[in-house]
Formats: sequence, structure tokens, C-alpha cells
Amino acid sequence: MEKVTTHTGTAAPLRRSNVDTDQIIPAVYLKRVTKTGFEDGLFAAWRDDPTFVLNQDAYRGVSILVTGTEFGTGSSREHAVWALKDFGFKAVIAPRFGDIFRGNSLKNGLLTVELPAEAVEALWDAVEADPSLEVTVDLVDREVRAGERTWAFEFDDFARWRLMEGLDDVALTLRDEDRIAAFESNREAWRPRTLPSAA
Amino acid sequence: MSRTPQGFEASRPRTLAEKVWDDHVVRSDGEQPDLLYIDLHLLHEVTSPQAFDGLRQAGRKVRRTDLTIATEDHNTPTDNLFTIADPTSRKQIETLRANCEEFGVRIHSLGDAEQGVVHVVGPQLGLTQPGMTVVCGDSHTSTHGAFGSIAFGIGTSEVEHVLATQTLPQAKPKTMAVTVNGSLPEGVSAKDLILKIISITGTGGGKGHIVEYRGQAIEELSMEGRMTVCNMSIEWGAKAGLIAPDEKTFAYVEGRAHAPTGEDWDAAVEYWRSLRTDEDAEFDREIVIDAAELSPFVTWGTNPGQGIELAGAVPDPASFDDPIERTAAENALAYMGLEAGTPMREVDVDVVFLGSCTNGRIEDLRAAAEVIKGRKVADGVNMMVVPGSARVREQAMEEGLDKIFTEAGADWRFAGCSMCLGMNPDQLTPGQRAASTSNRNFEGRQGKGGRTHLVSPAVAAATAVAGSLAGPADL
Ligand code: SF4
Repeated sequence: MEKVTTHTGTAAPLRRSNVDTDQIIPAVYLKRVTKTGFEDGLFAAWRDDPTFVLNQDAYRGVSILVTGTEFGTGSSREHAVWALKDFGFKAVIAPRFGDIFRGNSLKNGLLTVELPAEAVEALWDAVEADPSLEVTVDLVDREVRAGERTWAFEFDDFARWRLMEGLDDVALTLRDEDRIAAFESNREAWRPRTLPSAA
Repeated sequence: MSRTPQGFEASRPRTLAEKVWDDHVVRSDGEQPDLLYIDLHLLHEVTSPQAFDGLRQAGRKVRRTDLTIATEDHNTPTDNLFTIADPTSRKQIETLRANCEEFGVRIHSLGDAEQGVVHVVGPQLGLTQPGMTVVCGDSHTSTHGAFGSIAFGIGTSEVEHVLATQTLPQAKPKTMAVTVNGSLPEGVSAKDLILKIISITGTGGGKGHIVEYRGQAIEELSMEGRMTVCNMSIEWGAKAGLIAPDEKTFAYVEGRAHAPTGEDWDAAVEYWRSLRTDEDAEFDREIVIDAAELSPFVTWGTNPGQGIELAGAVPDPASFDDPIERTAAENALAYMGLEAGTPMREVDVDVVFLGSCTNGRIEDLRAAAEVIKGRKVADGVNMMVVPGSARVREQAMEEGLDKIFTEAGADWRFAGCSMCLGMNPDQLTPGQRAASTSNRNFEGRQGKGGRTHLVSPAVAAATAVAGSLAGPADL
């Protein structure tokens, strides 16, 4: 995975709360068997509306999404993260995220940063007043900067280290393969199996 | 104190969730998240193709094909078994079949007696048992918590991780208890209860927690009812929901295809009996609900927390103090085409959907059949009955439920996710309004522009007859 440290870009204000994964990408767009090409499904229901923020010229080329609370609640579809990334987003800022969505975004190097509602409100105002305003999401110093203002955010140490190192989870876990094998040798014999015998 | 086969000796009182967690820890070093062993990994066609691709690219195998099982559900047609008209849907199903073949994973395909919605299939095969860790690339995996297991949905990267390692790194969630005291009143179901809970907590109220549902009303629920409650844990943001296993749980598991037998059964039950929250164990949070105050519950908005008693009316957005909730309510009413103050019972519907992993099990079909028996679906209403699995369908037909539904004018279909999500041909058209026993009323969830009211099976059946939201008592 690509290393993630700090990102600077322009930001789109999505003034909505509870943007669930069905809004981020409706189910009809989930049928691909590849990991890319999902940008056409991003916010599909709203993309026909010329007033929708991502359709406005001023926000062309944005790479940071600033949105309301409970972003990404709902389904486990990692396609929601792929769609945001395919569209060009590197970071999403919201007061709170759905758990599975947040986990998925970390696996794909999409920075999801939780800032208090007041900070999000201030960012909305700022990028509405000046869509060309540069916003920096800095994972190293754990802060968001825009114009004169700075907001610190919390970010789990381990998840941060993994992102900054660009580490692959499976490879990390396989370093403990002997422990997995030891655990397996102790497992109760009556635990159910889907196949007649172990593969 | 409990001693487990993994040799873990607890020194302090623990909750049920902590016990199950501790029994699955492969590595806990205080720095990285705990590495948890996964007992059962369920797969379906939508969230697995990229995971298998990842394995292939890295030259990895499925570590434990004997703890992995796949079924086809999200894309499948429910009007016939074999013609998947949409080429991209067909491709996804074919990809799953090819991946299972290549990696040696057991699959239940269309036409197979065990095909169906993944969360109906696990329990019906007896693969879901108490004290397990169960994962699936699907957020409603929480359903399996009804057996006293830690069960949660994962994303595709994690699906790949479990396929490769049979483990998952997981930060330990906090614990919460939802205690439902007293008995549910006559005519109030598990679905009404969970919709009420979500309306209290909001969609984010359970975030970061494994929730244990407990108390008399929970104990009195059938296994199907418990699955309905646990299923919707994710709708209030909980990591997982679970219920302590008891005699009802054991009776449900016993005799199923993958249930232990003989001495294994005795050993299993002995362990399962230890899966209770210790008396002095502390939860990080607790919610207490009085079951006697509950009544049939429906949603009016576009998230599952926007619900109200069937006897109530569409709320006025101005009545919400919180500005975020107020705006959300305004948006929801605009999308739903509803006026504040309209009694819920006056909301007419076009479609009634009975099915899904929330309410597509045999008991749900029985509850709806009991209401609709000898009655007719109202003119202009399309009622779709979609069993959760091929096995449920077969059982329902043995009991004659299909006749009851078809004689009432409902459409009796094959098993699958169907109208729970707009991915297969069963979809609402823009502006159509549905009473649905599924779990999500998100904008466009059941088809672009479709409007969803979440309801229980009994309310779904009564609504089909009345043509507007109704409970059995209204008929
Ligand atoms: S029935 Fe609905 S909620 Fe359940 S697995 Fe299928 S799509 Fe998901």
C-alpha cells in the first residue's frame, strides 16, 4: 500500500449528516469484480443535480471531502471507499464515521479524520467563502490546517503507523503464523466445520 | 471464574462478550490490536471477488476452507432460479463460483436447498453456534450474535485477510447492555422492539460497542426473534450485538447438519453454559427499556432511527431541538413525500416486501400468514413474499404458507436478498412507497427514488390488506 503522511488539496463542503454507504454508492454500482472504476457510482443519486457540490465548477479537482456526522454508516461495502478514491478523494473529514467504513478507508489509504462539529462548520464556511482554499490533513502531526486555523485530531497510534509505513495487514499478521498454528492446535474438536475434514 | 479450552483463566468478572473475545485471542500485546481467531467465515458474491483477486495476486491460499462457506444472494433473481438477466450480476455470481472452485470453498448456488441469504443459511445449517467468532463481508453479520457469538461485518480487505490467515486484527470494543424488562405486549414483535431501540439511540448510539441484549423480554423471544434484534445492531452503529445462549439456543442448534453430536455435544453444551455475563461484571454503558410500554413501531424517515409508533404521526422537523436532526428530518420528509402531522396509519403504500435476513425466516412468514389468512391484498398493492433461504421456502410450502399468501393475492417468490437492496431485479420505481420487513430505509436502498417504511412481518401483512400502514388489530 502507498504510504500516507500528509495531504494538501482543495475541499468540497457536503452539508449533510448521515450520508450512508447507499448514498455514497448505490447497490447497482457494486457489481464490478475489479477494485477500480467505481467513480461513476459516487453519490450517484445526487450527481444529476447541477447544484450538487461536486457538480459545481468551483469544486472541480477537490481531494478532500468535509461532511456531516455519521458519514459512511450502513453497509460494509468497501466499494464506498474505492468510489471516493477513484473520484480523487484522499481524505474525508467528519465529526463521526460508521465503523466499518472507517476501517475500510484505513485499509485503502483514504484518510478519515474526525473533527468536532464546530470545526466542520468552520471548514464548510471557509471553503464556501473561498473554494480555492488549501486544506492540509497532516497525519504526522495529527492536525488539519486551513488558512490561519489549525485543528488537532485524534488518530490511533497503530493505525497511524501502519498508514505511514504503507504496511499490508496480511503480511503483518503472517509474521505471527506460528501463534495462529498454536491456537489452531488447541481448538476444541467439536467446533463446526463446513467441510468433512480439514483442508 | 471460567476456564476455557484455550486455557484462559479469568481473574475478574467478565461480560459474555469479553468471554467470547478472550477465547479467540491469538495475540494480545497491548501495542497492536488483538489478533482474533475466526471460527466461521461466510462469503457472498458482492464483497468477495476483489478479496480472492488479492489472494491470487499474492500467491496465497484460503487457510481454512473448512471454516469457510459461500452462498449466492444479493444479485439473484427471485422470480426464477436460473436466468440472471443482468450481465454484470451474472458475472459476479459466476466469479464467485469460479473462485470457490479454484480455492476449494464450499458453495451453495441457486437451485441448491441451502442457497439463500447468507445470514439465514449459517444458522439453518447449524454452523452458527454459541461462543463463536463469525464474520462476513456484510454488515448484518451481527445476526449470528443471537446465538451468543461475536459476529460482525467486515470489508473486502478484511475478507481477504480472513481468507489468508483465518484471523483478524481487532481493537477491543467497549461493552454495553440493553436490558429489556418485562414482557412484550401481545402483538409486539422483536422488530418493533429493535426499531424502538434504534429510535432512542440514533444511528450512531452503539458505536464502538458490543451490545448484549438481555432481560425478560429478550429471554422470551424465539431464536428467530433474537436474530431479528441482533441483525439490526449495526443500524444503531454497534460493532456487534449478542444474546446469552440458553436452553432455547441449544434446542435450536441440536440436530442440525453441523451441530455436534454424542460426547462432542455434551462438551459443547457444557462450554456454552459458561457463556453468561458474570454477576458482578460491569458494562461500559447500559440502557434499560420497559417492554410493557412498547407497541408496533414503523419508520417515517430515511434512516432506521427515524421511527415512531404506528399509532403516531409523522413528526414535525421543528420539534427536533438538535439542528442536525432537524435538517435530517426536513430532508427525510422531502424525500419520503410526507407531511408533518400525517397519522402513520394514513400513509398509503404501493408495495409490501416480506423477506430479508431481518425477517425472512420461517417464523416471520408464519406471523405474516396468520394475519393475511382468508384476507386479500388491497387493490393496487403488490405484496412480495421472499423466503430467506431455499430451505425456509420448502418448509413454508410444507406448512401450506405459500397457498395462504397466493390465495390472498401475494407474489410467492424464490429465496434471496430481493428488494432488501436495489441490486437485483426486485426494485421500487421512483416515488413508489413500500412497507418493508428489511432493515434499511436509506434513500434509494430499495431502488432509486423508492420510499421505504420499515415494519414487522405482522404489520407488513396487515398493511398489504389495508393498503396503508396498519397493524393486525386494525383489520
Ligand atoms: S437480506 Fe438485505 S441486509 Fe440481509 S444480506 Fe441481503 S441485502 Fe444484506
